Amino acid sequence: MNVLANILDPYWAKTIVRVVGALAFAILIAGTLVYVYLFKAVSFMQSRLGPMEAGPQGSMQLLAEVGKFLQKEDIYPTKADRLLFKAAPYVVFMSTFLLVLIIPFGPDAWFANLDVGIYFALSVSSISVIGILMAGWSSANKYSLLGGLRAAGQLIAYELPLVLAVVGVVIQAGTLNMQGIVGAQANGEIFGFGGIGNPYILTQFVGFAIFMISMQAELTQTPFDMPIAESELVAGYLTEYSGMRFLLFFIAEFATAGVFSAIAAVLFLGGWSLPGLHWESLGDVSNVMNVVGPLVLIGKVMVLSFIIFWVRFTFPRFREDQLQRLAWKFLIPISLVNIAATAVLKVAF
Amino acid sequence: MTTDERVDTTRAAVFDALTSELELAGSHLALGDDLWIRVSRDAWVDTFKHLRDKHGCKWFDFLSAIDWMPSPFGRSMDSEVDTIVHGKDSKEPDAMATGVAGGETRFQLLARVYNVVEHWGVTVKADLPDDDLSIATLIPVFAGANWHEREAMEMFGIEFVGHPNPRKLYLPGAFEGFPLRKDFPLLARMVKPWPGIVDVEQMPGETEEEAEAGTEGGDAA
Amino acid sequence: MTMTEREQLRYIAAQAADARVNLELETEGMTLNIGPQHPATHGTLRVLVKLDGEQVVAAEPIMGYMHRGYEKLSEMRTYPQVTTLINRIDWLGSFANEVPFILAAEKLMDVEAPPRAQHIRTILFELARIANVVLFLGDMAVQVGAITPVFFAFRDREHILNMIESATGGRFHPNFDRIGGIKDDLPKGWIEETRGALKRIEAFCDEMETLVLGNEIFQTRTRGIGVIPSDVALQYGMSGANLRATGVDWDLRRDAPCGLVYDKVDWKVWTHPDGDSFARYWVRLQETREACKILDQLLGTIPAGPIMAKVPRIIKVPAGEAYVETENPLGAMGYYIVSKGELVPFRLKIRSASFSNISVTPWLLRGVYLPDVITILASLYFILGDIDR
Repeated sequence: MNVLANILDPYWAKTIVRVVGALAFAILIAGTLVYVYLFKAVSFMQSRLGPMEAGPQGSMQLLAEVGKFLQKEDIYPTKADRLLFKAAPYVVFMSTFLLVLIIPFGPDAWFANLDVGIYFALSVSSISVIGILMAGWSSANKYSLLGGLRAAGQLIAYELPLVLAVVGVVIQAGTLNMQGIVGAQANGEIFGFGGIGNPYILTQFVGFAIFMISMQAELTQTPFDMPIAESELVAGYLTEYSGMRFLLFFIAEFATAGVFSAIAAVLFLGGWSLPGLHWESLGDVSNVMNVVGPLVLIGKVMVLSFIIFWVRFTFPRFREDQLQRLAWKFLIPISLVNIAATAVLKVAF
Repeated sequence: MTTDERVDTTRAAVFDALTSELELAGSHLALGDDLWIRVSRDAWVDTFKHLRDKHGCKWFDFLSAIDWMPSPFGRSMDSEVDTIVHGKDSKEPDAMATGVAGGETRFQLLARVYNVVEHWGVTVKADLPDDDLSIATLIPVFAGANWHEREAMEMFGIEFVGHPNPRKLYLPGAFEGFPLRKDFPLLARMVKPWPGIVDVEQMPGETEEEAEAGTEGGDAA
Repeated sequence: MTMTEREQLRYIAAQAADARVNLELETEGMTLNIGPQHPATHGTLRVLVKLDGEQVVAAEPIMGYMHRGYEKLSEMRTYPQVTTLINRIDWLGSFANEVPFILAAEKLMDVEAPPRAQHIRTILFELARIANVVLFLGDMAVQVGAITPVFFAFRDREHILNMIESATGGRFHPNFDRIGGIKDDLPKGWIEETRGALKRIEAFCDEMETLVLGNEIFQTRTRGIGVIPSDVALQYGMSGANLRATGVDWDLRRDAPCGLVYDKVDWKVWTHPDGDSFARYWVRLQETREACKILDQLLGTIPAGPIMAKVPRIIKVPAGEAYVETENPLGAMGYYIVSKGELVPFRLKIRSASFSNISVTPWLLRGVYLPDVITILASLYFILGDIDR
């Protein structure tokens, strides 16, 4: 144990571990979600089986897909702005990667314990909007342009309900730090009853609903998938991307879904802690939670992701103006009321 | 009275009304079936206006044309090619030169409107002189005639005076010729001529003579 | 063709002028091609759309990418051969294409099919209707964004196609109708199996009613979108469910049966007063249910007897003209046969439903949002083979 601590002591060693770990987590969560939900769950919903050939029950399908994408020819339209076109997928993936850094997996298992944890997450997630706009604009394709512009409008519109829903949680927890939020939920009480702590999904259910809806919109999933509207724009801003670049967008989409679900799990479901676990300070929590915690968190991620994808495969999509109307005239006022109510109740009780 | 009989009486009444109201160059009433009238080229638009306003025929069915010239490329009993190949048939072709409502010219315009309330329709025909294939457009009366007229334009070469958008509908822009005219050959059959009256192929195991013998007689197709 | 140098210079100057115009932000709208290769158009339909932001300024469908020249081809084919061709006009409910043609030819020949043949013809006609419209019910959901119902549509449609195949030998192109009757009799056990298939279709219709019609997002996307007033619809020659969804109570099955046995069945014509995309979906859903009810009654009362009238083996249709129009799944389809007493038709004019249904789109799509263009086209439900022939 000491040897490991010594090797990892210099800052550059820790950084390498963080980067590699975060990348691994992002790709693994994307792969799991793709296999379980995009291959299998949707197939069962549509009364078919999904990929069955590659590996037992189609589990190696992902490896086959990656291999297929890797060996594709690097094509880009002649008129496309080369630098922007090539950089766009990386920009989107980078915003996902940065998001992974602030998720706490256990009492000591985290990549970065920032005091402004959730604030950092929300601001960094907006970088993907730039990536999508770059992709849409530089593709020299009218469909891509339409998709990119729609995406810009939609993503910016739904940032606000996302942030406002989180404000309620922050008021209740009293801290922006992600570990602190986990602790506040584990150690809190609901009107005096402290058995299961205070998971904010119970007290902040309005905020939870708004967060889930806004998350669906931020991920451009149906019913908010106007930017990719498959039956209209072919593939929206992704139309001209093929091969490895498309794979990057694809992984980024599912990784973002997983990471946002993880953030939602931390904010509303109690993160890595189990109901019934209380502690005075983080050091008190046993080391077992460093192993169990990640598993608990991933379990909660799967549950929340299931909701996201279930809604995705069922509902039709909104038109752009109906989408905007929902955000500005409906979600934002409700979240403001939620904040006011939370603040009043926090002070009163 | 059944629906058919009621419709028939209406049809007969309409036939009488039209014969007295309009100047018909020809007409044909098939009881239990349909009603044809033939008008002059100049009265084309007015006839439809009359039918739409006075007789309630508000539903526009279709507009097309017929080229009455027998095809010089064969496949009909009185065409040169077929008589040379197959010999003159013993039965003479029926003597219908042009249409049930008469007609004198090669090109005849054909349109149909329908009354959705009383459930009868009328087919209107008009002759077009060979040297001046043009007629006024029906779009002011029935907006749906737009595409039908474009198709007739490109298929037969008929000009519709006053059409707002006389571009080709089906054919590519550089196409030359008018396909549905009888003197426009169907190239597939030029390359490989009609194989004759063959509606029986050899069954597996049959010889050609047995297949040929099966062509004669028989009752069900 | 090579351009002279002066033409080349003129071309380059024109391009530069264009670029200059686009640079100044006086954007005069974007011209977008929807199709001919596009997931939303059922086949190779191209809609040239001039956009101002997301609103359509002008829209024009351009067709002919699938024009096969059926009317010219029919002048060189005997009547049974023409049946093979016209199967492929509306390829989803293809038995329905043959029926008006055969009825017109029978009218000219003055031949009436025996009652059993008429009955079975009606049964297969209704089965073709169900096969066609079930796909629409799932497909419109996909165009609006819900990707799951279309799988259910295909799954349940398989049962109907199996029934059509076991009776006629072909899933998609049965080529079963003959002048004077039908080709073969029904196989043993067919009636019971078809009843089973119909039960599945009824369950499917109930599912679609809750899953799609009841969905608030679907309603927001389709209510009030693409409203066609009934007089405009009549002017353009629209027919079928599109016309009934504007409130016009007209169904050729009830009003001009001619050779099919609808007058012996107790059934209802569905209309809806709104005339928007929701109404069109609703009317087709009810019609599918009604078709199941009709088939239920027909399957129990098939008369015994021959399936083919006495017609000569080589068919020469006597001289004359005849036009028969029937209520096909897509609308009113008719064949105008001009015969000179020969083996081949002299002129065959095919009146296809989708041609007239789509002719309303330049008028309809002005001022409409781009996503609504897709919804409207999906609700009008055309099939390219029907438009292009």
